[in-house]
Amino acid sequence: MRRLIRDLFLRYFDSPELAKLADAALLTSNGSRMAFTTDSYVVKPLEFPGGDIGRLCICGTVNDLAVMGAWPQYLSIGLIIEEGLDLRLLERIVASAADTANLAGVKIVTGDTKVVTRGECDGLFINTAGIGACPLGRGLSEQPIEPGDAILVSGTLGDHGVAILNARASLGLDAAVVSDCAPLNGLIAHLLHGPPTVKWMRDPTRGGAASVLIELVDSQSFGVLIREEDIPVKAEVLAVCEILGFDPLHLASEGKVVIVAKGEDARMALQLLKQHPLGRDAAIIGEVTSDGAGAVRLQTASGGMRRLLRPTGELLPRIC
Amino acid sequence: MSAGSAYRNPHLMRKVANEIKRLRIDRPIRLMEVCGGHTEAIYRFALRDLLPDWIELTSGPGCPVCVTPNGFIDHAVALARLSGVTIATFGDLVRVPGSTQSLAQIRARGGDVRVFYSPMDALYWTRQHPERTVVFLGIGFETTACTIAAVVQECARDGPANFRMLSALKTMPCALAALLSAPDVHIDGLILPGHVTTVTGMADFQFIAHRFAVPCVVSGFEPLDLMETILMLCRQINEGRAKVENQYLRVVRSEGNLHAQKAISRVFKSCDMEWRGFGSISLSGLSLADEFSYLDATHIQVEVEPIREHPGCRCGEVLRGVCRPDDCALFATACTPEEPCGACMVSSEGACAAVYHFAPVADER
Amino acid sequence: MCLALPMKLLSRSGDWGIGEIGGVRRQVMLTLTPEANVGQYVIVHTGYAIEILDEDEAERTMDLLDKIGAMES
Repeated sequence: MRRLIRDLFLRYFDSPELAKLADAALLTSNGSRMAFTTDSYVVKPLEFPGGDIGRLCICGTVNDLAVMGAWPQYLSIGLIIEEGLDLRLLERIVASAADTANLAGVKIVTGDTKVVTRGECDGLFINTAGIGACPLGRGLSEQPIEPGDAILVSGTLGDHGVAILNARASLGLDAAVVSDCAPLNGLIAHLLHGPPTVKWMRDPTRGGAASVLIELVDSQSFGVLIREEDIPVKAEVLAVCEILGFDPLHLASEGKVVIVAKGEDARMALQLLKQHPLGRDAAIIGEVTSDGAGAVRLQTASGGMRRLLRPTGELLPRIC
Repeated sequence: MSAGSAYRNPHLMRKVANEIKRLRIDRPIRLMEVCGGHTEAIYRFALRDLLPDWIELTSGPGCPVCVTPNGFIDHAVALARLSGVTIATFGDLVRVPGSTQSLAQIRARGGDVRVFYSPMDALYWTRQHPERTVVFLGIGFETTACTIAAVVQECARDGPANFRMLSALKTMPCALAALLSAPDVHIDGLILPGHVTTVTGMADFQFIAHRFAVPCVVSGFEPLDLMETILMLCRQINEGRAKVENQYLRVVRSEGNLHAQKAISRVFKSCDMEWRGFGSISLSGLSLADEFSYLDATHIQVEVEPIREHPGCRCGEVLRGVCRPDDCALFATACTPEEPCGACMVSSEGACAAVYHFAPVADER
Repeated sequence: MCLALPMKLLSRSGDWGIGEIGGVRRQVMLTLTPEANVGQYVIVHTGYAIEILDEDEAERTMDLLDKIGAMES
């Protein structure tokens, strides 16, 4: 997919903002600074422990704006509905989206609906786009990322990924794991209104924390070192990963943020995160380093060091 | 008991590592593991970091996916093209390249390919879908063979009639004999597969010490298990001994699991089997015994494309341990985990994928 | 070859039982370990118990590892 974006879309859609491939585009219009983002949601199943596609489509877009240091304000919603979709299911999803929008303090101001023939989409696909005003709080610092900066996460990783895996009954696992799907603008506002210098944030959705950290160091003169024993992961998530042979760092979270803060502000940032209900399990997991440029290294709990790579293709359970 | 955390204690790991270093063996030694689970654990826990320079860890033919030639995938792909056929498979096989396609690719073109964690789950699914002919892809060594045997017995007893099996199941002892007999192979010690021996017991592997005088230790899969195993092997080498020892005492009994052995001998018979890198090894595979041969998916009429290896792929030599993955010209250039040319790169169990993931980061060492 | 994990047998009913690890439960087939008892740990591969964990041996292994390096040469 990255190749498709690089070789096809960027070639035709020629804009410096798009080329940055950030979670949201930062724009100026009539002297006002704002952020603009879009995302499409194709999750299966449509309802899962801890949420549904309605909650997800609001959170995902709100969070993409918030991690770029913008206050999310207005969303559009476009639904592609498969003919024959249970109307009670659709209503539950729409109600969920509305509740989540209220929770996040955003307004859905425009929308579109299409119905396609049975078999032409998997029940329901949703696209949301959002705009927000910059900055949120003091916004993101313009200071460049440098060795000594701290890497933090706002809570346990991989919950959403495991909740989805579990909801696909074919694996037969019974685990009390619910999706962490949540709007993060409140948590991020709390952090950005405080004193710490925050340089970079991303929400580790598809591809997990590994993917966002690899994106962080790509083509840079610095690297990242994270410590396995400091990474918060729920016991059930670890167990599912052990059984199926997955890495929790490759599984999606939909209510967490990975943060780079100035080194000396790390403890303060951690404290601020922990004050917020969505940041109770926050942790400092590593730092930016001068060696290992362009790579993410993991210090294993048993004392070794290895490189972290992106997950390859679809996540499949192993037998071997 | 937690998920093995006592066996990942860094303090104990260092203690065992120091004990290994104290042995001061004055020449480089090469230890081979022959189990994809061990390959993966060595990479995941970065064990090479803790070992002295004079120990080289190399991978052998321990990944059942890697040692299965393209023809098996081609056969499965051909079956997937038939209307009414569902391919039921373990996740490991889905992205493995065949001569022209993988199962993932045929699925994208409309083939019904489904992943199951357990062969029993596949049987349950088959009962719920009488309109489909379900072909289960039997891949693995003795550990998996016994579970598939149990499912075949269940199917023979209670149905359903629409379940079939395509076997690429393999057994380890003959393959190890072929490996150790190969002229270009040089191994000082063998790390034996802990879960295969859980099923077979230790007797089947005694020949390695007697005929080839190579020290062997049956190992568990936690990092501390592997470290203790390496220590036990180094001690044997130091003392000039060659025995088959058991590190995985909490699981492996010397006689193995008799129920599992019985299931395998009832449901399967030994047959000659193709191994990538070794050609045909006699009596190293398992095919359905006559009583169960009606379940064999090879009876389904289908045209399979002629087998073709990817030009330049050196998986065969990698599996014999005579070529390092990074010696292959395709390694990390044309062949990556995201776009694999050969089976050894597909899952993190394959030797090529393991080296790719463990490649030292620039400026290190 | 061959991903197998120790799971605690929470219950059994004939040929199958419920195994648990780290709070996660799954149906486990006991056909190959008919003598497994509730409360024991079984090694599970692709949904089948292939052996019963010997907890005494497990303790012995840890004790031995603990003693390594305790005697200075």
